[in-house]
This record gives sequence, structure tokens and C-alpha cells, in this order.
Amino acid sequence: MPPIDSGDTAFLLVSAALVLFMTPGLALFYAGMGRSKNVLSITMQSFFAMGIVSVLWALLGYTLAFGHDIGGIIGGLEFVGLRGVNGTVFSGAPTIPHAVWVMYQGMFAIITPALITGAFAERLKFKAYVIFIALWTILVYSPLAHWVWGGGWLAKLGALDFAGGTVVHIASAAAALAAAIAVGRRKDLGKPDLQPHNLPMTLLGAGILWFGWFGFNAGSAIAANHVAGSAFMATHLAAASGMLGWIAVEWWQHGKPTTLGAASGAVAGLVGITPAAGFVDALPAMAIGLTVGVLCYFGVKLKSRFRFDDALDVVGVHGVGGTTGAILTGVFAGVVTNPTYRGLIAGNAAQLWPQIVGVIATIAFSFSVSFVLLKVIDRFVGLRVDDDAEERGLDLAEHAETGYVL
Amino acid sequence: MKKIEAIIKPHRLDEVKEALGALGITGMTAYDVKGFGRQKGHTEIYRGSEYTVDFVPKTKIELIVEDDLAPKVEQAIVDAARTGKIGDGKVFTFDCEGAVRIRTGERGSDAL
Repeated sequence: MPPIDSGDTAFLLVSAALVLFMTPGLALFYAGMGRSKNVLSITMQSFFAMGIVSVLWALLGYTLAFGHDIGGIIGGLEFVGLRGVNGTVFSGAPTIPHAVWVMYQGMFAIITPALITGAFAERLKFKAYVIFIALWTILVYSPLAHWVWGGGWLAKLGALDFAGGTVVHIASAAAALAAAIAVGRRKDLGKPDLQPHNLPMTLLGAGILWFGWFGFNAGSAIAANHVAGSAFMATHLAAASGMLGWIAVEWWQHGKPTTLGAASGAVAGLVGITPAAGFVDALPAMAIGLTVGVLCYFGVKLKSRFRFDDALDVVGVHGVGGTTGAILTGVFAGVVTNPTYRGLIAGNAAQLWPQIVGVIATIAFSFSVSFVLLKVIDRFVGLRVDDDAEERGLDLAEHAETGYVL
Repeated sequence: MKKIEAIIKPHRLDEVKEALGALGITGMTAYDVKGFGRQKGHTEIYRGSEYTVDFVPKTKIELIVEDDLAPKVEQAIVDAARTGKIGDGKVFTFDCEGAVRIRTGERGSDAL
């Protein structure tokens, strides 16, 4: 068996567990923003991804992402069912066991489709959800992960994406936009009783996301080294600055700093720093967080202008934040711990080009495949619950349970 | 007998209960309600969107008293619930035609 580094392995084992923890964190973050009659439905749409995506990842998803490169587009089938993984290492992560790499990447595969669920919350049939995220994982996530991390064409083009700004955040946001359009608006959109039902839950979820994001970003160094340290620092500072940016503009615009604003700004900052985490120094990290915090505040208003019902603002936070982060990575990249990668300010203006190509390609691919998938699912099993179920709430209608018995 | 219903600010409930206790009232019913009067609702802000909430949380209390006690109860509620700001609520008095204590079968004011 090839030799491994015990420090790197220990760090990636912990990082994988941290990234898994983000998904129940996301469930709380989202569920608190919904109405009490849908709290279980929203939670389940994140939580169930830990079941279905994990199994799909082992059977097929991993090998399509990280099998040998076929034309820059997709991975080969040598790891179907994870055969041949144990006792080896992956070429892109030579100091840790292959099994740890599979699991670490699998946790990313879980949270990405879970992120999409915020767009169609409170109205999608559970059956449609299961089919959608299963197909999405295989047809959208695995190819995208291959393009960026599996030696595919975006990696060869030189696009910088440290921890998954395009693969995770832009891809999920583009799918979320497709879903918001394909599924349609909630019946109650615009009514006052659409307000969040449990913001303490949302804030706890945001805190768990922040905590788990250290595994997501620092772990993406795939080593316990200087790059991991700088990514950890950049991640934390961007989250903090994102919170300050959102709160500042909200306080100025509405006269009140809200708790949901603080949570949203922190998450926006984390989204924004994801592609840049291991490539930037502390001050640029704060600049990215602050910029993204402000832009996402305005980003969540896009949906009312364009009249799509992205219920929990996946587009406004992950789309706007992910895109801004990807571009700013091309601007600010350049840190002593990772000198190979340089952006505009470090004298490499050409880096902006692959960054923009990466964003556009990801949006176009994820949006179009997602939209077609949803239309096909609508044709065969239907996307929406009926009006009566939407009124009674999806907890009862879809799961035969009630979140709160008070 | 009279039935007194009062809609008050939730945080005045304890003061009202104590004031009525001082008058010798032996029981009452209280529950959380939502409603609006001249106070109207308020505005809440979520991710930059402003929601107007029309129904304001209030507490409603109900009790049945002897006729001669009713004006004192009415006044005690008014004094204890008043903050002087809009939204203090209202007190309503009705005639009550009958009462039975289920355990003993006592009727009328004996049942109070």
C-alpha cells in the first residue's frame, strides 16, 4: 500500500465529518425560515440527502467525478461501487487514503443538492424531490466535480476554485433558479403569514454551517499545512466581514439590524470566500466577505423584481455570492503560502478569463440540465403537491407528522 | 350575574390577576389571542422585505361575577391593564343567565 501522511489523514477525516455536519446545519438554517407547518418537510429535504446521495455517491457518483478522465468531460467507471478504492490513494490526494478522499468528496456531494431545496421549499412533492436530487447528483454534480477537481476541462483551463464556489454554490444556485421557475410560486406568496417561524433555529443552523465550513474550506488544502491554515483564516474573516456588510446596509436601509440579516451575511461571506479560501491573504478575505455581504443583501431582492419564488434565497445568497467570489478570486489570488496562483492584483489579469468561463459554463450546464430534469419529472410524477396539501402544510400531507405538538 | 371579557396587553396579565384577586375573585379564564383595533399591526423585516403584521398578540380574560361586583371588576381591570399607550385593549360586560358547578350541581351564584 502507498505510504500516507498521518497528519493529513487525521485532518481530512475530521474535515469530512465537519462537512457532513453542515447538512443538518443547513436543515435548521432553512427550516427556521419556513412556516411551522412545513418545518419537517424542509428539514427532511436536507436530511434525506445524507441517505440517498451517500449511496449514489458510492455506487456511481464518485467514479463519474474521479475516475480516469474521459475527454475532459466525465470520469471513467473503474470505481463503480467503490471497488479498488481501499488500500490505494487518489492521484490528486496522494498523502491520504483513497477511502478518506471518497468520503470527504462525498460530503460535498450531499450538501450541494441540499442547498437547492431552499428554492422549492413548501410546495414540492417528496417523491419529485427524491427523483430530482438523485438524477441531479449523477447528471449535474458528478460531471461538474470532474470538470473542476477530477482533471476535467475547467481544471485544464486554469479556473481557480479552491473549495467549490462553482461546483457547489453556483451549480446549486443555477439549479435553484431553474427549480423556482419550473415549480412555480407558492400560493401564499406576498401574504404576511409567509414570515419565518423560528429564527433562533435559523441562527443555530448558520452557526453550524460556519463551523462546518472550516472542514469544507481548510480541508480543501487536502493537507494539514500552511495552505489549510491560511484557508481557515480567510474563511473565518470572510464570514465575519459578510455579517458586518449585510448588517451595515440593512441597518442603513431599514433602520433595524436583524438577526436573519446577521445569519444571512455570514453565510454569504462563507459562500464568497469558498473559491478563494486557499489563494488569498487576510485583508482580501475581508474585502471579499464585505463585498459579498452587501451584494447578497441586494441579491435577495432580485426575486421580487423578476417574480420567481426562490423561497429561501438560494439564488440571492449562493448565486450572487458564488459568482462574486469566483470573480474576486481572479482579482485577489496571491498569497505567500500558495504562490503558484496569482490574480489581477498580483499581476495576472489573464486569470479573470478562466474565472468568468467557469461561472458561465457552470450556470449554463446546471440550469439547463436541471430545468429539463424538472420538466421530465413534472410530466411523469408531478412536481407540486395539490392546493389542499400546500394549505395544510407538507409535514402532514407528505410525511404524516407534525413538527410541533404544543 | 355578569360576564366580563377583557382584551389586554399580554404583559399586563399578572397585574390584572392580582388586582382581581384583591377583590375576592375566585376564578378566571385567560387565553392568547390575536387581533387588531385602532392600534393596527406592525411592520417586520425579513431579508429586506417588509411584512405588515395586522394581527397583534393580545391576552383575553373571561370571568363571571355577581352583579354588584361587576363595576368594581371592570374598574380594577382598567386600572391594572392601562399603560396609557395605544393598544391597551377593551373591557366588555354581558348579562349571564346561568351557571352550574359540574362537581356538585350547584346553580346560580353558588356555582361561582
